[in-house]
Amino acid sequence: VNIGWLTLTLLLPLVGAIAVMAVPKAQATLAKQVALGFSLVTLVLTAVIVVGYRSDGGERYVEEHSWIEAFGAHYALGLDGIGVVLVALTALLTPVVLIASWNDAKGGRWSEKSFFAWILGLEALSIGVFAATDVFLFYVLFEATLIPMYFLIGGFGGAQRSYAAVKFLLYSLLGGLLMLASVVGLYVVSAQAGEPSYLLSDLSQLEMSTTTERWLFLGFFFAFAVKAPMVPFHTWLPDAAAEATPGTSVLLVGVLDKIGTFGMLRFCLGLFPNASEWATPVVLVLALISILYGALLAIGQTDIKRLIAYTSISHFGFIVMGIFALTSQGMTGSTLYMFNHGLSTAALFLIAGYLISRRGSARIADYGGVEKPAPVLAGLFLFAGLSSLSLPGLSPFISEFMVLAGTFSQHRVIAVIAVFGIVLAALYILIMYQRLMTGPVRDGIDKLKDLNAREVFAVTPLVLLIVVLGFYPKPVVDIIEPAVKSTMEHVGVTDPAPEIPVTEGQK
Amino acid sequence: VSASMVALIDDFTAPKIEYGDLAPLLVVFGAAAVGVLVEAFLPRSLRHPVQLALSILGIVVAGGLSVLLMVDEKRLIGAEGSIAVDGPALFTWVTLLALSLISLLLFAERSVDGGLSSFAGQAAAVPGSEAEREGTAARVEHTEIFPLTLFAIGGMMLFAASNDLLVLFVALEVFSLPLYLLCGLARRRRLISQEAAMKYFLLGAFASAFLLYGIALIYGYAGTMQLGGISDALATKTGGDAILLAGTGLIAVGLLFKVGAVPFHAWTPDVYQGAPTPVTGFMAACTKIAAFIGLMRVFYVAFGGTRWDWAPMIWVVAILTMVVGSIVAITQTDVKRMLAYSSIAHAGFLLTAFVGLAQGSSGITNGVTSTQAVLFYLVAYGFATIGAFAVVTLVRDAGGEATHLSRWAGLGKKSPLLAAIFAFFLLAFAGIPLTSGFTGKWVVFTAAWTGGAWPLVVVGVLSSLIAAFFYVRVIVLMFFSDLPAEGPDVALPGWQTTAAVALGLAATVVLGVIPGPVLDLAARAGEFIR
Repeated sequence: VNIGWLTLTLLLPLVGAIAVMAVPKAQATLAKQVALGFSLVTLVLTAVIVVGYRSDGGERYVEEHSWIEAFGAHYALGLDGIGVVLVALTALLTPVVLIASWNDAKGGRWSEKSFFAWILGLEALSIGVFAATDVFLFYVLFEATLIPMYFLIGGFGGAQRSYAAVKFLLYSLLGGLLMLASVVGLYVVSAQAGEPSYLLSDLSQLEMSTTTERWLFLGFFFAFAVKAPMVPFHTWLPDAAAEATPGTSVLLVGVLDKIGTFGMLRFCLGLFPNASEWATPVVLVLALISILYGALLAIGQTDIKRLIAYTSISHFGFIVMGIFALTSQGMTGSTLYMFNHGLSTAALFLIAGYLISRRGSARIADYGGVEKPAPVLAGLFLFAGLSSLSLPGLSPFISEFMVLAGTFSQHRVIAVIAVFGIVLAALYILIMYQRLMTGPVRDGIDKLKDLNAREVFAVTPLVLLIVVLGFYPKPVVDIIEPAVKSTMEHVGVTDPAPEIPVTEGQK
Repeated sequence: VSASMVALIDDFTAPKIEYGDLAPLLVVFGAAAVGVLVEAFLPRSLRHPVQLALSILGIVVAGGLSVLLMVDEKRLIGAEGSIAVDGPALFTWVTLLALSLISLLLFAERSVDGGLSSFAGQAAAVPGSEAEREGTAARVEHTEIFPLTLFAIGGMMLFAASNDLLVLFVALEVFSLPLYLLCGLARRRRLISQEAAMKYFLLGAFASAFLLYGIALIYGYAGTMQLGGISDALATKTGGDAILLAGTGLIAVGLLFKVGAVPFHAWTPDVYQGAPTPVTGFMAACTKIAAFIGLMRVFYVAFGGTRWDWAPMIWVVAILTMVVGSIVAITQTDVKRMLAYSSIAHAGFLLTAFVGLAQGSSGITNGVTSTQAVLFYLVAYGFATIGAFAVVTLVRDAGGEATHLSRWAGLGKKSPLLAAIFAFFLLAFAGIPLTSGFTGKWVVFTAAWTGGAWPLVVVGVLSSLIAAFFYVRVIVLMFFSDLPAEGPDVALPGWQTTAAVALGLAATVVLGVIPGPVLDLAARAGEFIR
C-alpha cells in the first residue's frame, strides 16, 4: 500500500530540522539528540521502503499531484532500482555523519544546533532529488540542495571556508543555470508537441530533432559534470572538501556529488538517449582523464582531505565511464559503485577527520608513526583506505570490476587504460598510509589518543556493510539490475553478443 | 455671431467617457486632487493623518474597483479610443495599487528615525542651515508627498493603459514629475538627494523629448496617434519607411529610458542611491511595471506589424542590459546602487520575454505567452524589491541609513532575522528555486525561448550567474564576516515597515512555492486589445 511513503521520508528530516532549531541554544546536546533521533527514524522508514521494494523494473512508491499547471510541473515522486539505492545511502550516511561529527561544529561561526539542522535539511532535499520523477521538481530540489551545503561549508570549517563555499556555490550555479536553459527548452519542446508536461514518463516519449536533443543534453550533462565533478570542472571539490568539516565532506562527496552521476543515468540517458549515444566517445575520454588525472593529483597532495577529494574525482571518473559504456554490466556496476563509494569514502573522510581533530593539522608531513599510540585509528584507516583502492573482498572491488568489465566489452582501449587508475589508487592510499601511520613516532604524535567508543561506533555500520557487500552484493545488484535493463531498452542499446559461440554442452 | 455659436454647439458632441470602467483611474486622481485641497485648507497638525487615510482609502477603493473589473473580464477601449481597459491593464492596475499601498506604508513610517519620516521637513531650506534645524526641531513635515504619490500612481496606471501616443506622453509626465520631486526630498544626505532629483529631471526631460519627437514622426507617418490606427497604417501604407523607423527608434529610446535598459540606464544608480529609500522602492517596483507594460503595449499593438524591424534592436538592448547590469553591479559598494544595477539586470531579463514575442498572433498557441511572463515577473520582482528596500531603511547609524556595503558586515550576528530576510530577498533576485525570482526567471526565459530567442536565454542564464555572484557576496558579508566594533544599529521597525517587509516576504515565498494562481491570472489577462 502506498501511503505517501516518500513524502513522509523526506518530510521527516525537514520537520527534524525545524525541531532542532526550536531547541534553545543553551541545550546543544538536546538539539543533537533530537537531530539524531529524526535521522534514525528516517533511516528506519527508508529501511521499510527498501525491504518493501520489489524490483520488477518499474517505478514504485509513486506519488503524483499537479503542482504548477501552467508549467506542466508535478509534485511527482517514485523510485526505481537506482533511486532506491541512493535514497538508502543518503538515509544511512546522515546518522553516521551526525554521530561522527558530534563535537565538530563547536568552532563554527554559528551555534552547533544549526549545523545539525542544516544536515537534516540537506538529507530531506537529497532524498527528494533522488525520488523526483518530474524534471521541474528535480531541478528545484537540485538547486535547493546548494543552500544547506553552502552554509555547512561556509559556517563550519577551516580558515578558507568562505572562499570554498562561494566557489562551490558559483560552480554549481553555473552548471545549474545552464541546465535551467535546457529545462526551459524541454518545456518549449513539450508545449509544441501538445500539453506541456515535465513528467519524466511524458518527456521520455517526446520526439525532438537531433540538434535540439543534443543541445538540451549538453545543458543537463554540463550541470551533472560539474556536480559529479569531472575534470576539467572539478577544482571546487578539493577546496570545498578540504575546508569543510569531515562530516560535511562526507555528505558532499558521498551524497551530493552522486546527484551528478545519478542525473546522468536518469536524465541524460532517460531524456536524450540518442544524444547520449552521440556524446559517448567524448564523455568516455573525459571520464578516463578524470580517473587518471584525479589519481595522479591525489598522489601529489600534501593535505589529507584534499588527497581524499582527488581520489573521489578519480572514482567519479569510473562511475561516469560505467554509465556511458552503455552496457548493462557497466551501468549496474556504476550504480553499485555510487553506493560503495559512499561507504568507503565516508569511512575514509571520517577517520581522517578523527585524526586531524586530534593533531589540529591536515598536513601529511605533520604525522608519522600514528600506528603506535593509536592502533585502532590506524587500523580502521587502513581498512577504509583498502576499500577505497578496491581490494578484492571489499565491496568497492565488485563495482569497480563490473565497471571495467562492462566498459571492456564495448570500448577496449578505454578500459585497458582505465585499469591504470587501480594501480595509481594503490599508490595514493598506501603512500599516504605509510607517511601518516608508519615509521618513527613524530613529535606531538606520541600522546595521540586512540578512538573513543562513539567514534568507532559511528564508522561500524560502514565497515560492516563494506565487508558484507564485498562477499555478497546480490541483494543490491538485484535491486539495480531491472532498472538498468529498462534504461538500456530506452536508450536502445544491447550488450554485445559473446564472441565465443555457445556450444550445446554449455547451454 | 450668436447664430454661428448655436450652430457650433449643435455640432459639438460630448466625448463619450466610460466612467464606470475608468473608475479606478478617476478615484486615484480624485483622491490626489482632494489631497491638494487638504494641504490648502486643513491645519498642519491634522494633515498627516488625514492625508494618509485619504491616500490609503483612495488606493483601496481603486484597487477594489479594479478587481471587480478584472473579475468581469472587462475588455474595452474607452475615452474615445485613448484608454484601453484590457486584461494586462487591469492586472497591472491591481499590481500597481497593491505595491503602492505597501510603499505608502513605508512613506508614513516614522519610528525608525526618531519619530521623523524619511522626508525632509522643509525642502526649501538650505541643507545644513539654521532653518533646516528649526524645522527638524519643530517636526514639520511635507505632507504633500501623499498627493504627489497619488498623482504618480494615477499617471502610472494611465501610462499602462494608454491606447494613444499623446495620452501615453501625458501619463508619462504625470507620473514622472511627482517622482522628480519625491526624489529630492530625503531628510538625510540632502545634497545627494537633490542632485539625484536634478539628474533624474534633466535626463527624464531629455528622454521625454525623444519620445515626443518619435510620436510626432509616427503621427506624420500614420496620420493618427491611436495605437490601433498606427497598426492599420502599417498594414496598408507603402513608402515612408524612413520616417517610420526613425519614429519607432525614438519612441523606443523614450520608453527604454523609463524601463532602465542599457544604454539608457545611466540615471538609475544615482537616482536610486539619492532618493529617500521608500521612494526608491516605490520607483524601482512601480515605475518599472508601468514603463514595461506601456512599452509592450506600444510595440505589440502599434508596431506589431514591423516586429522584424525592431526586434533585432531590442535583442541588442536586452543583451547589453543583462550583461552590463550584472557586471557593473559587482563593483558596487553601496547597497542601494547595487540594487539599482540589479534592477537594470532584471529589466534585461524582462526584455528577453518581451522580444520573445510569444503571443497568439505569432502563431504560438500552447504554453507561456510573453505578456503572461512579463506580468508575472513584474509582480514577483515588485514585491521582493519593496521588501528589500524596506530592509535597507532599517540598517542605520548616526548619519541615517548605513548603505555602504562594508557597514553591513556581520549583520547576521547583530540581527539574524533581518539578515536572513534580506538574504532571502537576495536569493529571490538571484533566482534560486523556491523563491518567486526563480519562477519569474523561468517564465520569462520560457517565453523568450518559445518565441525562438534561445540565444537570449543562454545569455540570460550566464548573466544570472554573474548576478548571483554579487548577491551571494552580500550574503557572505552579512553572515561570514565578523561584526566590526562600531557596527550600524538595526532600528526597531514600526508596524508600517514590518507590514511591508512581511508582505514582500510572503509574496516571495508564495510565488515561489505555489505560483499557479497568479500565473493563471496573468494568463487570463490575455493579450493587449486594439
